[in-house]
Amino acid sequence: MPTIDKTTFEELKQMSGEDFINELIDTFLEDAPKMIEEIKAALDSNNVDAFRRAAHSMKSNAATFGAGQLAELAKELEMFGKENKLHETGDRLKALEEAYASVRDELKGLKS
Amino acid sequence: MKSSHEPGRLLVVDDNRVNRLLLTRALEQHEHRVSNAENGRIAMEMLKSQAFDVLLLDIDMPEMNGFEVLEALLKDDDLRDLPVIMTSASDELDRVVKCIEMGAEDYLVKPLNPVLLRARVNASLEKKRLRDVQKKLFRTFATPEVANQLMKEGFSLGGKYVTASVMFTDIRSFTSLSEKQDPSDTIELLNDYFALMFDAITANNGTVNQMEGDGLMAIFGAPVYYDKHREDAVYAALEMTELLKAFNEQRLMQDKEEIRIGIGIASGKVIAGYTGTQHRATYTCVGDTVNLSARIQNHTKVTGTPILIDQYTREGVSDEITTQDLGEVVFKGKQQAVRIFAVDPRDESLR
Repeated sequence: MPTIDKTTFEELKQMSGEDFINELIDTFLEDAPKMIEEIKAALDSNNVDAFRRAAHSMKSNAATFGAGQLAELAKELEMFGKENKLHETGDRLKALEEAYASVRDELKGLKS
Repeated sequence: MKSSHEPGRLLVVDDNRVNRLLLTRALEQHEHRVSNAENGRIAMEMLKSQAFDVLLLDIDMPEMNGFEVLEALLKDDDLRDLPVIMTSASDELDRVVKCIEMGAEDYLVKPLNPVLLRARVNASLEKKRLRDVQKKLFRTFATPEVANQLMKEGFSLGGKYVTASVMFTDIRSFTSLSEKQDPSDTIELLNDYFALMFDAITANNGTVNQMEGDGLMAIFGAPVYYDKHREDAVYAALEMTELLKAFNEQRLMQDKEEIRIGIGIASGKVIAGYTGTQHRATYTCVGDTVNLSARIQNHTKVTGTPILIDQYTREGVSDEITTQDLGEVVFKGKQQAVRIFAVDPRDESLR
């Protein structure tokens, strides 16, 4: 299964304009590591609200780029935040980091 | 892909940088002028200092979230009818429903669908344009207070008792005057005359709500009540006679006949409300006070003075306005005698 859904990505490119897709990718690659850091810090300090918010942002952006698996994992984390069950997230954060790494590599290749 | 619609001034509010950039660029592709803000607080500041046509609003944001922005917009007379499109995740639809109930116009689900984005933004822009036109129309025929109330509450056809001042104005011997001149001159005369009278009435917080032939009826103190309505009505009447004097001087120079008017004002309880149907309605007042005002206006033909008012109106004006007590008059159809006062024009030559 490819990491990025090509149909979604093409649609995104059309919507933003060809020239702008690189700027959009760069912005995501700059912000996503910060979101992951925020998720980690919120988990350590048991800050449910910050955890939920960061996971929500990651979900939203992953879905925008057509990164389905990453969006799904972020959504699961967001649910744990909403239900105040941060201790039950298990190894999902690790899985999310791995999913992000492959999304990042593929997005770099998609830059025009 | 270019928009077939006129470009609009849009404000995108989202705390997420990717969402914000994408929406901004996508809307710029459609030739719109787009600004953006990263939370509700910054957005509110921008909305108060610049004009926008449509707001695209995220729900979950730090500092001031989407709900709080909607609340603040509702409380602001200038911003309450700005169309708002909520932008939300697909699993947030319960919250979108709450936003629509709070006054949001429409919503878009993220990730954005380009076709829906374009269609919904254009639909909201169209609504904004219609509202602007409607507002302009209302303001042409009503005071800003009445226009705002109409925009806010819509037409409720139900009536209520209010205390207000009612003014009737007629042109003396208009029929014989119009028989003597060209029909187009008559219409031109009426248009010029009404424009002047409207100015005087609206400048003094009144609302013209009926024009019939050469006569007009105006209300002061309704639908929005305020306590100075009696004095405002009298000041409007004085201004009307003064404007008419200038108008007559101009007519005399063009070898045209002068026109004279009679103004009657009565104040008291009236039944006020919108009459008509949902499709065509006017704000009007009915009741004894309205009848009395019409009779008093008619009585100016007998007294030969341009402005007559009833006692309750007299009691509501300051001493700067001088009046002559004309004693009691029993009007046709009325059982009780009514004390009438002639208002002295401020301009000696009009007395």
